[in-house]
Order: sequence, then structure tokens, then C-alpha cells
Amino acid sequence: MSESPALTGEAAEIVFDEATKRYPGRAEPAVDALSITIPAGEICVLVGPSGGGKTTAMKMVNRLIEITSGDIRLDERSVRSLDQTQLRRGIGYVIQQIGLFPHMTVAGNVATVPRLLGWDRGRIEARTRELLELVGLDPEGDRGRYPAQLSGGQRQRVGLARALAADPPVMLMDEPFGAIDPITRERLQDEFLRLHRELRKTVIFVTHDIDEAIKMGDRIAILAEGGRLAQYDTPDEILAHPGSDFVARFVGADRGLKRLSLTTLRDIELEPVNGSVELSAPLDTSLRDALSLMLTHAGESLVATDGEGRPVGAATIESVSRTLAS
Amino acid sequence: MSGAVLAQSGPVIPEFGGGGDCVRQNRTFCWGWFSDHWGDTFRPALIQHVELTLIAVAIGFAIALVAALVAHRRGWFETPFTLFAGVLYTIPSLALFQLLVPITGLTVTTAEIALVSYTLLILFRNILTGLRGVPPDVREAARGMGLSERQILWRVELPLATPAIVAGLRVAVVTVISLATVAAFVVDKGLGGPIVAAIAAPFNTAFLAAGGLAVALALTCDALLVLAQRAFTPWARS
Repeated sequence: MSESPALTGEAAEIVFDEATKRYPGRAEPAVDALSITIPAGEICVLVGPSGGGKTTAMKMVNRLIEITSGDIRLDERSVRSLDQTQLRRGIGYVIQQIGLFPHMTVAGNVATVPRLLGWDRGRIEARTRELLELVGLDPEGDRGRYPAQLSGGQRQRVGLARALAADPPVMLMDEPFGAIDPITRERLQDEFLRLHRELRKTVIFVTHDIDEAIKMGDRIAILAEGGRLAQYDTPDEILAHPGSDFVARFVGADRGLKRLSLTTLRDIELEPVNGSVELSAPLDTSLRDALSLMLTHAGESLVATDGEGRPVGAATIESVSRTLAS
Repeated sequence: MSGAVLAQSGPVIPEFGGGGDCVRQNRTFCWGWFSDHWGDTFRPALIQHVELTLIAVAIGFAIALVAALVAHRRGWFETPFTLFAGVLYTIPSLALFQLLVPITGLTVTTAEIALVSYTLLILFRNILTGLRGVPPDVREAARGMGLSERQILWRVELPLATPAIVAGLRVAVVTVISLATVAAFVVDKGLGGPIVAAIAAPFNTAFLAAGGLAVALALTCDALLVLAQRAFTPWARS
């Protein structure tokens, strides 16, 4: 018995149209008339303090939580018009606790949705192999292992492979790296960004960590208490021009520094190198790290180097701060 | 009334004439007599005992499974069924037989009704505990991936509940094997027959042989269940 998912193939545009969730007996809505448009293929991070309704907003997309009023549309089709299970089979779902099936092997977990969709054995086999490679697991050695035999990082990789199995155009990720140690988290974040560039999915990513939001998001929606949208914009714009005191407080007093982490030496106009080279850093060093280097070594300037270590130009504390002013 | 019942179980009273010294002096255990009567007494009794047990556990499991599934979906059902099964469980087995005989007579049905009622509480509790022990994140991931409630039950919840269910089955099987010997008071089937007769006689060899077979059967079934669980839940070992 095969039931095809409601969505397949290319990334879909997601539109929240006055989407509202109210729970009976509560005065404030959990999500209050949320209207945002997430362009196809982008990562939208929902961020905010707890009680802001970020997870609720995300779960309304795959209808784990039903919308009270308003609508959510995936490529013009209302999620309310689609069959629940078929809708969900077309949406990758990753949660913090991962929720791997303890009684199934890695391969069995990854094959969950393809099996529901009635793929034949050979196709599932090939897809499992491809996915395990994609997320950095060993398609031979790891496929037969059980979740209890894996480390936290490996489990989250399996969770990601499982969510990607049927090539869904939309992915929902609820604090996917929240329970993982900082070093592994950073590696998984980088790998996910690399994967995302290759795969082009529309991703809704929930986190309470503003730094993760800035790193992962093409756009960030900041939700305040009561499920109100405080600001929806690119990370750079939010850091440069917070729309309210709430947003400014939420992104933190160091928002200038955070903004510097979005830009690398490659992106700014470098000055000619003169004098002796005391400090140097590769071109893809973020301005935040470059500034930190200069402050640490009490230097006024730093030489940016290319892939072969040849000097390309110089950045100064002044040129870095000029970037923030622009 | 129980006197009339006891009188029925006669076929193993030893032939004192042909049994030799060991039997005449009623020593602890007479191998010769036992092997002479393995074919006509103990083997059929053992097979009947296995039948009594299998039928009771199978019916008890079916009822307990349905009840646990209902209680899993509708929480209010747990208390009334636990009370019902709990009351059945606490009625002494001999009293339960006495209560049932006027209704269902001296039949296998009477014995099975009693045996089934002793399996319900343990099986119901264990199945329900197993189903409820499925981690919420596993359920949530399953729903989020588009498994229907029925698929979640069959592919996720029941497999994950297997260790708890098998634990319940082990207790139920051992209990029923032990209790089924008492069923000899209503129907002359199983290892209880030789035991009841040997107590009345009294005759040590028949008593020890039937009792020993019941214990061996219980241990064997328990071991088989453990092996079956290990085979079916390789994931639970790591």
C-alpha cells in the first residue's frame, strides 16, 4: 500500500497568513496572527524567549498542532486542505530529543518514510546508503547499529538522514542541536549549512539561542511573549536596526560584535599592506575574530592572506568599525 | 462435594502387587515404577498440562491485550479493569472452582475460566506499562513523520513494549502451570491428577514425579520465553 506524500521535489515557499493558535481557557494566544513569508529554499529561524510560541508556530506547519484561525500555505496549498499523514510525509521533521526508534537499526530508522511510501527494496537500499554518506556516517559499519550504540552527535546525524529520506521540500527543525556538546554542535551546524546549500530545502529552524539563529538563518523571526512577531528580517538587518527595545535587548548589547561575525575579511575593502607584517589571518576569518586578534595582540592592523598564505591587504580596527557604521 | 471430585482422579493409584519393594515400602522415588508409567500416565498428563496452560495464557493474553489497548487510548478504562482483574486475582483458586462448578460443571471450561482470570491482572498491567513506557519523543517523531495511529501502535509502540509484555507472560505462564495442578479438582487433566491421587494414597513416587514435571515444565517455558525475547529484541541488549 503506497500513499504518496502531498509535497515532493523542489523547495516550497511557506506563507504564514495571520496564523493564530489559541488554547481554551487561556487569555493570551500562543501564536498571535503570525504573518511571514519564507521564500523557497531559505532557512527561517524562529527565535525568542520561552513562551513566545516558536515551537507552536512550527508545529502548525505539519499540523501536530492545529491552527485556530488564519492559514499556513506551502506553495499556495493550505496545510488545512491536505491529509494530515500525507502532509507530514512530505515534511522532514527533526526534534531536539531526536526520537529515533530504539528498536530499529540506523538503516531501519532512515527507511521509515520511504517504507511508508511503499518504495521498493532496492530504491530504499540505495537511498539509505546515499543519505548515511551525506550526513557523514559510514554506510557499511553504521547501518546495522542500534540507536543505543551511537553517540549523541551520531544520533542527530541519523535523525537528519531520516528526515531527509523522502527528499521533502520542507524541513522543520526544533532545537535540533540543543542537546549536543558545543564542539559537536558547531560541526553539525556547519555541516547542515553545507548540506542546505546542496539540497535546497525550505527550512524552519527553532532555537532559543540568538547566536545560533544568526549563524543558521537566512531570515530570523523574533517572537515575543504571547506569540507576537517582534521582527522578521535578515540577521544583518536585525542586528543593525533592531525594531524595538525588546529586540535590542534580546539580541544583546554586543549586537555590533555579533554583526561582525556575519562578515569576513573577504567582504570588506582592504587597505594596501605597508610596513612589517605582525598579524595575519586568512580571508574567510570573520571580522569579529579579526578584531579579537587585533585586540588580543594590541595591534592596530592585520594582514589578510589568501589560500596560499600570500598577503592580500590590510584591515584595521578603524576599517572594521566603519563596516558597522554603514 | 470436593470428596466426589477427588474420587474421580483414580487412574494412577499404584499397583502395589507389581511394583516391587520400592513401591511397597513407598520409598522416596522409584525409577522403575516411574518409567513403567511414563507412557500411560505422566506423558499424557504432561501434554494435557501444556494444553491447559497454552489455552489459558492465549485467551488471557488476548483479553488483556484488547483491554490494555483500550486503556492506552482511553485512560479512564484502566481503573475499572484493574479492579475487575484484581478481584479475580485475589479469589482463592479453590473457591473460584467451587463458584464456577454450579454454572459450568466439572469441565475443562471451568478450569480454563479460573486459569484465565489469574493471568489478566499481570498481563494487563505489563502490556499497559510497556505501551506507556514508549518515550514521548519517539511517539512525537513517529507522528511528525506521518505514521498513522495504527502504524504507530504496530510499528513502534508494541515492538517497544515487547520486553514488558514478555516479562508479564513469564509470570503468567509460571503461575498458570502451577495453578493448573489444582484444576485436577474439577477435571482429571494435567499433572494435578497424579498429584491429587498420590496425596490421597499416599505414594511418594507419583507425587514427586508429577510435581517435578510441573516444576520442570515451568522452568522450561520460562527459559523459552527468555530466549524468544532475546531473539526478538536484539536492540534491548545493547
